[in-house]
Amino acid sequence: MSSEALHVAIILAPFILLPFAGWVGRHGSRARLLPVVPAALTVYFIYAFSLVGTRGPFRVSVPWASGLNLSLSFHLDGLSVLFATLITAVGTLIVVYAVKYLAGHPHAGRFQVSLFAFMGSMLGVVLSDNLIAVFVFWELTGFTSYLLIGFDHERQDARRAATQALVVTAGGGLALLAAAILLGRAGGTSSVSELLDRGSLAGDPLYAGIVCLIFLAAFTKSAQYPFHFWLPNAMQAPTPVSAYLHSATMVKAGVYLIARMTPLLGGTMLWTGTITVVGAVTMIGGSYRALLETDLKRVLAYSTISALGVLMLLFGIGTPQAVTAGLVYLLAHACYKGALFLVAGAVEHETGTRDVTALGGLRRSMPATALAAALAAVSMAGAPLLFGFIAKEQFYDSLMTLNLSDGWKTIAVAAAVVASACLGAAGLMAGVAPFAGRQTPSPSVHDAPPALWIGPLVLGIVGMLAGIFPALAASPIGWAAASVTRTATPVSLAIWHGFTTTLALSALTLAGSLALFVYRDAVRQLAWPRALRTERLYTGTLSGIDAISRGIAPALQSASLRSYVLTVLVTVVAFVTTALAATRVFPTPRRWTTIEPHEGVVAALIVAGALSAVFARSTMAAVLSLGTVGYGVALMYALLGAPDLAMTQFAVETLTVVIFVLVFSQLRGFGDLSSRVVKARDALVAAAVGTLVTTLVLFVGASGTTSRLSSYFAETSPRLAHGRNVVNVILVDFRGFDTLGEITVLVTVAIGVRALLLMGKERRP
Amino acid sequence: MRSSILQTATRVLMPLLLLFAVFLLLRGHNEPGGGFVGGLVVAASMVLYAMAYGVDAGRRALLVEPATLLGGGLLLALVSGVPAVLLGRPFMTALWTRLGVGPAVLDVGTPLLFDVGVFLTVIGVVLTIVFTLADVTLSEH
Repeated sequence: MSSEALHVAIILAPFILLPFAGWVGRHGSRARLLPVVPAALTVYFIYAFSLVGTRGPFRVSVPWASGLNLSLSFHLDGLSVLFATLITAVGTLIVVYAVKYLAGHPHAGRFQVSLFAFMGSMLGVVLSDNLIAVFVFWELTGFTSYLLIGFDHERQDARRAATQALVVTAGGGLALLAAAILLGRAGGTSSVSELLDRGSLAGDPLYAGIVCLIFLAAFTKSAQYPFHFWLPNAMQAPTPVSAYLHSATMVKAGVYLIARMTPLLGGTMLWTGTITVVGAVTMIGGSYRALLETDLKRVLAYSTISALGVLMLLFGIGTPQAVTAGLVYLLAHACYKGALFLVAGAVEHETGTRDVTALGGLRRSMPATALAAALAAVSMAGAPLLFGFIAKEQFYDSLMTLNLSDGWKTIAVAAAVVASACLGAAGLMAGVAPFAGRQTPSPSVHDAPPALWIGPLVLGIVGMLAGIFPALAASPIGWAAASVTRTATPVSLAIWHGFTTTLALSALTLAGSLALFVYRDAVRQLAWPRALRTERLYTGTLSGIDAISRGIAPALQSASLRSYVLTVLVTVVAFVTTALAATRVFPTPRRWTTIEPHEGVVAALIVAGALSAVFARSTMAAVLSLGTVGYGVALMYALLGAPDLAMTQFAVETLTVVIFVLVFSQLRGFGDLSSRVVKARDALVAAAVGTLVTTLVLFVGASGTTSRLSSYFAETSPRLAHGRNVVNVILVDFRGFDTLGEITVLVTVAIGVRALLLMGKERRP
Repeated sequence: MRSSILQTATRVLMPLLLLFAVFLLLRGHNEPGGGFVGGLVVAASMVLYAMAYGVDAGRRALLVEPATLLGGGLLLALVSGVPAVLLGRPFMTALWTRLGVGPAVLDVGTPLLFDVGVFLTVIGVVLTIVFTLADVTLSEH
């Protein structure tokens, strides 16, 4: 195995190991092996990161379908590998947590399979070098998240939330497909790395279209206003899923897309203006809304929406400083928000509730969980010595150095401070309130098992270490920033910058957070404007689609076999006649053969059978007359030298008559139901079809292709396919794939007929 | 209504029909015949048997459920394409070998396996429909 193939195999490992995940994940004791996989992948990506840092970005690729010139390739640069490391590192902690969280659950194996598939898809999104592959993996993350949100599929709320998330994000994914195709046309290649090397597409005529499609994809995936409503609903998912998909990874795919596309599409008014406005609205709306919630997970969900708004804002601005701030914020957010989600799960696991107002004083009974929660909450509030503090300082700094008038800058900074204060208060509400004060649930609560607090504690400690020694994170963030800005971006992170405006703003934010937290009960009385509930757009659209199809369906689906046949025949006659008329050639066969007397007799028999079927006075007479037509045609085949067709036709006709006889009892009595007008119409259509088919036969006789085909097959069949019966050789060899499709259709028909007949009846033994 | 004339005739005809069907299947590659028509002949003969002796007797005579033939036939047809893949050729590439006993030689290949798959599928399709239909209609009388 070449080294490139090894790289590809490692990147695809979560998919390759799906059977392992299902088999191992089913049993609690074996399941403890599972975290080894993401842990090993984390080590690999850290190694890959060091390669990127020392040697620069690289591409690994294996041929896939060489005939189509397709290969499976992955592009590893600072940005993609930073995301990949985040995905697998957080993934490791999540798997550790999930194994314990779902221990003994009958579908634990299924859960782990979905989780691994999600992890693999997410790696595919960030690493794939081909635009179409990015789209496929993007939709796979949506699909696996559908499975994970709806994991508890017997609850209607879970099913509805899963469907909603799928409809919104997969709908956005379709926009990504369109964008990928347009990008391929505009840039002349579908390779992400080559596109990045070729530079900006801002002057391309397709530019505005591509940008709008990318926006649609990124804003739906990253829950930006007005598409944000699916994310709080997705909290129906098991907690590890919320922590992993809905805070640390999947919702950041939209942010990743924006960052990835910045070198290609960024720098214009359309790009920067739209993203920053949408990001800012989402940031403020989400942080305010978070304060109004009492469910721990919904508090966290809205604060995640707000944080995603911040990230959009920063990557939309796109200056080296803003990109750096965005990356720092992204990592800090993944640490504290992932931890808080896991803590919420642990609290619910032990107390049975997620209601903030019903929880308090758990620090005594759950000390380890409380420590993890406190570290995360304080980081989210942006207190010094934690990574959240660095992130917020960077955020403020990049706003204050914007190339804007002082008035706009003040507004931007004020908005950021207000949103951050609300976010901090939300963090304290989720991470401190349940543990502080007097113990409210029963005193018999004890701490969660280690597997449930080790993950959040590790995330909390990482956040603290990165806060105390921020310089450690500087060079990896610099590599990642360089792949967005396309220039070397030196990053210096420090705790102390002196007495600056930024420091004053940080202090102000912290004070605001504390105030909002202390008066949280009063804040919760505030209202959320009805106009901002965009979920109504979603439900309105869905019910509108339902109403339209209810209006159209009865017209198209009359459930009358006669009208279907009529529609098909009239359509065929209309289209084929038009096409024939366009050729303006009258068919004249090159050679007329004489009709032998016995052939004339058979032809007369067929015509007589057809007429007799039309004028029959009983069902039996009609069926037998039709049988006569069929046998006559079969006889004609036999006379004209097509024994295979003749035999098949005989057998089919016989069985058809038997089936007809059996169906008799299901039919209504034979009667003259059609009016004179209907009969005239049917006669007209029948005559048209007959004339058309006759003309077509004459056309076939007039063209020369038949003889060439038959001589080709007669010559090659024995040589290539070891058979002299050309008909059968074509069926099983030359066109075997068609036959495979046909027998699949036959099987489907048989199953369908059986299901229809037995509908509503007990199955007979 | 049971007709002893039909029953006696069926008893004589059945082995001939079934043999004829296998004959059609095997010679199909060189002479008129093949899996499709062979399957139809088997199905028709089973229908004849069911008419003479009743549907339940017909089911018993078939030995397996028609549904098993449906799935088995389709699976066999699909599997016949796999050996080529294992040898690195495109799916469903025909592979042949020559079997010989004395002067008699026979070319055997994966298309024959495919044809047997078609044969079984056709039997399964026809009998699934006919037997189910017969169950439903006859049970209502």
